[in-house]
Amino acid sequence: MRLSKLTASLVAAASICLAAGAASASGGEAVLKDEHFSFEGLFGTYDKAAAQRGFQVYQESCSSCHSMSLVAIRNLGDPGAPFYDEEHPNPNESPVIKAIADMFTVTDGPDSEGDMFERSAKPFDHFPSPFANEQAARASNGGAFPPDFSVLVRAREHGPQYIYSLLTSYEDEAPEGVDMRPGMNYNPAFKGGMIGMPPPLFDELVEYSDGTQASVEQMAHDVVTFMAWASDPKMEQRKRMGWMVMIYLFIFALLMYGSYKAVWRDVEH
Amino acid sequence: MSGYPGYDPKSGFEKWLDARLPIVRLGYDTFIFPTPRNLNYWWTFGAILAVILMSQIITGIILAMHYVPHVSMAYDSVQHINRDIRFGWMLQPMHATGASMMFLAVYIHMFRGIYYGSYKSPREVLWIVGVVIYLLMMATGFMGYVLPWGQMSFWGATVITNLFSAIPLVGESVTSWLWGGFSVDNPTLQRFFSLHFVLPFAILGLVILHVWALHVPGNNNPTGVSVKNVDKDTLPFHPYYTVKDGFAIVVFLMVFATFVFFMPDALGHPDNYIRANPVVTPVHIVPEWYYLPFYAMLRAVPDKLGGVIVMFGAIAVLFVLPWLDTSKVRSMRYRPLAKLFFLIFVLVCIGLGWAGAKSPTDLVFATAVDEHGVATGFSFLWLARILTLYYYAFFLVILPVLGLVEKPKARPESIEKSVLKSNAGEA
Repeated sequence: MRLSKLTASLVAAASICLAAGAASASGGEAVLKDEHFSFEGLFGTYDKAAAQRGFQVYQESCSSCHSMSLVAIRNLGDPGAPFYDEEHPNPNESPVIKAIADMFTVTDGPDSEGDMFERSAKPFDHFPSPFANEQAARASNGGAFPPDFSVLVRAREHGPQYIYSLLTSYEDEAPEGVDMRPGMNYNPAFKGGMIGMPPPLFDELVEYSDGTQASVEQMAHDVVTFMAWASDPKMEQRKRMGWMVMIYLFIFALLMYGSYKAVWRDVEH
Repeated sequence: MSGYPGYDPKSGFEKWLDARLPIVRLGYDTFIFPTPRNLNYWWTFGAILAVILMSQIITGIILAMHYVPHVSMAYDSVQHINRDIRFGWMLQPMHATGASMMFLAVYIHMFRGIYYGSYKSPREVLWIVGVVIYLLMMATGFMGYVLPWGQMSFWGATVITNLFSAIPLVGESVTSWLWGGFSVDNPTLQRFFSLHFVLPFAILGLVILHVWALHVPGNNNPTGVSVKNVDKDTLPFHPYYTVKDGFAIVVFLMVFATFVFFMPDALGHPDNYIRANPVVTPVHIVPEWYYLPFYAMLRAVPDKLGGVIVMFGAIAVLFVLPWLDTSKVRSMRYRPLAKLFFLIFVLVCIGLGWAGAKSPTDLVFATAVDEHGVATGFSFLWLARILTLYYYAFFLVILPVLGLVEKPKARPESIEKSVLKSNAGEA
């Protein structure tokens, strides 16, 4: 009886927290699509094939404007990452990761002459940024700053659904009554409806090596999966550990409850 | 005190040490301590808080080994902890959600203290030390939230430090003194880090005083009736309450772990994953959930200084609560009216949190549409105002007056009588 009271209070307290969190989250009028992703839920993991395709989309399209500076190339081969290879648990030795690193050129230096030089990237290098700085990025993008992808999914309310909706909701013509500024694009998923980024995806933009049809929806789904991994690369480890912790605590709680009953068995209280 | 013979050193070494540094005796007296036999689960939150405080200190010390308190590196260093440091992905969410868990537990602990009259004589100092701990927790939590240097960190710090500019005459000087400059910037971040590191140890010291002040009068209990016969009314804290608190701690840890491992972002704001940017203001600046009731009070008053006074007054009033409540009956179990007003008070605090999370102009419910087609009705600003009024009225009017006019129900003669099976229906 008293235990159930405690449980009820904990549930109530937790729901207060959740309500507060949800309440602080409201405020956008943007229209979101309810796309489902493999990494949602208590057991969700990243769909590796989708994340690999998403990396291809990022690589061939997004990365010309969007940086991902907090992610190192080696991270692609970490446990839980899109290109994790069980035979090469150390991503620095994985041929796939080495091959990906070879696709990039980075600036290093200064050398012994004091000059900066270019070299092909190594797994330990971070993803090179497309622009030298924010000013350069704005100058090339009509004043808009393409945000960094490293933590973007976690930095937006309903991040996966939001980015998926943003990528798939472009409309050629703004509805009547919406005044479009020149150079802006109509997208009802974006707050205010006007976005600087032109539609980044169109059908068959990339050619998937696994034969998947590269529709806008498919590419959006894949790149969001990849971005979600980049934002939370330890999610699979965290959930796995979480289950072990919960099972441990559950057994511990049973033992404690049994001890409590044993110690108090002769005491009226 | 026949049931509590005290520490009896057996071996030669124990006798030798006891004559020089009676530290084992201290531990013995702390844990083999007469505790009312009828404490319910609401009494377990003290032990839960002690565990979370230690968890916060341990995770915090490790995080401080990797965190860099500099405006150009703080954000990246927190990401570095989550991405590259071994188990950093677990420690950082443990510390961040641990703060929320500590406030959750402290609010339950405080509501319990109010409901059962734990602040009344002879426990006034115990209560006041607790309020000081709570105040330091607020300061520590606020400064900790600034450290990741995201958008909410920066703008939250700007809003809160700007409150001090409302002080007449010296406000501006005090604010730039706090900042170490003319805006929230690197000196602010560095001093917040320093204070955020040291204040938990001040809290730890105060917790020791809190436990000391608890051990002089002993625990209150759900009946509020004082211990009359130590042998019949009490049990030694160990093993009876170590095992009961231990069970509650493990259950609470399950709630804690659920947040850490399965929803680490649920209690935070997504904007704090955006790097701090002094030239871009977030659409809504909201503090962490545990400050929302006070944020609502701050915004409920149209005048800035007035808002600050109302907000800080809401905590200040807790210091004098032992003298505002005129009732001699401790437990609201025997005070039907006080119980009702208390339940409303809890709902009011939750409602203030709700109002704090919303924009003041948002509507709780719409009643009409104006000539521009915009809905009008009861706004969160007015909700916050009404609830703030109740918050103050509860302490300044209801509790003082109730003590004089309310007719309490009959209380049990003793703690022992209250728990005997024949009286079970009464609780």
